[in-house]
Amino acid sequence: MKGELIALAIILVFTAQFLYISSSTDAEFGGADGEAEGVIGELTGGTYEPIAEPLWEPPSGEIESLLFGLQIAFGALIIGYFFGYYQRSKV
Amino acid sequence: MHIMEGFLPGLWCLIWFALSIPVIAYGIYKLNKLVGERRDILPLLAVAGAFIFVLSALKLPSVTGSCSHPTGTGLAAILFGPAITAVLGAIVLLYQALFLAHGGLTTLGANVFSMGIVGPVVAYVIYKAGMKMNLNFYVVVFLAATFGDWATYVVTSIELALAFPAAAGGSLTSFKAFAAIFATTQVPLAIIEGALTALIFKYIIQVKEDVLVELHILTGDAVRKIRGSAA
Repeated sequence: MKGELIALAIILVFTAQFLYISSSTDAEFGGADGEAEGVIGELTGGTYEPIAEPLWEPPSGEIESLLFGLQIAFGALIIGYFFGYYQRSKV
Repeated sequence: MHIMEGFLPGLWCLIWFALSIPVIAYGIYKLNKLVGERRDILPLLAVAGAFIFVLSALKLPSVTGSCSHPTGTGLAAILFGPAITAVLGAIVLLYQALFLAHGGLTTLGANVFSMGIVGPVVAYVIYKAGMKMNLNFYVVVFLAATFGDWATYVVTSIELALAFPAAAGGSLTSFKAFAAIFATTQVPLAIIEGALTALIFKYIIQVKEDVLVELHILTGDAVRKIRGSAA
């Protein structure tokens, strides 16, 4: 149980940190990549034009979170399935 | 967070592709060899890939008031080495570039270099060094995954700094600006990744310790010692 408890404690500290930051500042919690875009704008004086656009973009934030959700579900399914498979093949 | 589509000038896109492609090619060769010799490790390979899939989709809020995500590459790096991890990382990055407009095709080389190559190399080296020093296995895994994750974003900052040197102070000044975003945001996320990677290793040792011994990740003695101490 020790491993689980340590992981849980780290996640709790992380959650507390988030609650504190989100209640004490007006942070937007946007993506770090978007902020980097801002820095590139400052460094180049706003002259940098991206050399390419994404071929396809999720039409909305909802669709994007659907696709990220599917990515997580699919990964978690594989992990769970094979741990079950290994567990069963042991006994 | 990866470098977005179009946000590296053409020359730098090519340079990072040129550095990444040989590693991926070598990784595919090693992957084929490993799978050809031992089909029974396929499930573990799938788990390592799926772990990258899950962790790199978890966008988490951080102390800087912005969000980023872990990489999940530490597990694969320790299990299969950096070259095979580069292949797994490239698959995830390609999926996110095509379907999520996250990262990009032109910046794929740079993103593979940071997340698929340097991060896993750092994790792998720390793991090997830590085990040589006879430190606690889970502590070593934690450190390897944490610093592998963090190194990924330090490299992302370097890649952007090289492409966009500041007018005053050059790349070093712009590195500080990019690192303030990526590397700082990543610190708590890297720690979470380290803890989760250590935890998943605990379950692998519970159900499939023989593979760890056969892949020369742990010795039989080490496995018995870890199980005896029951984390």
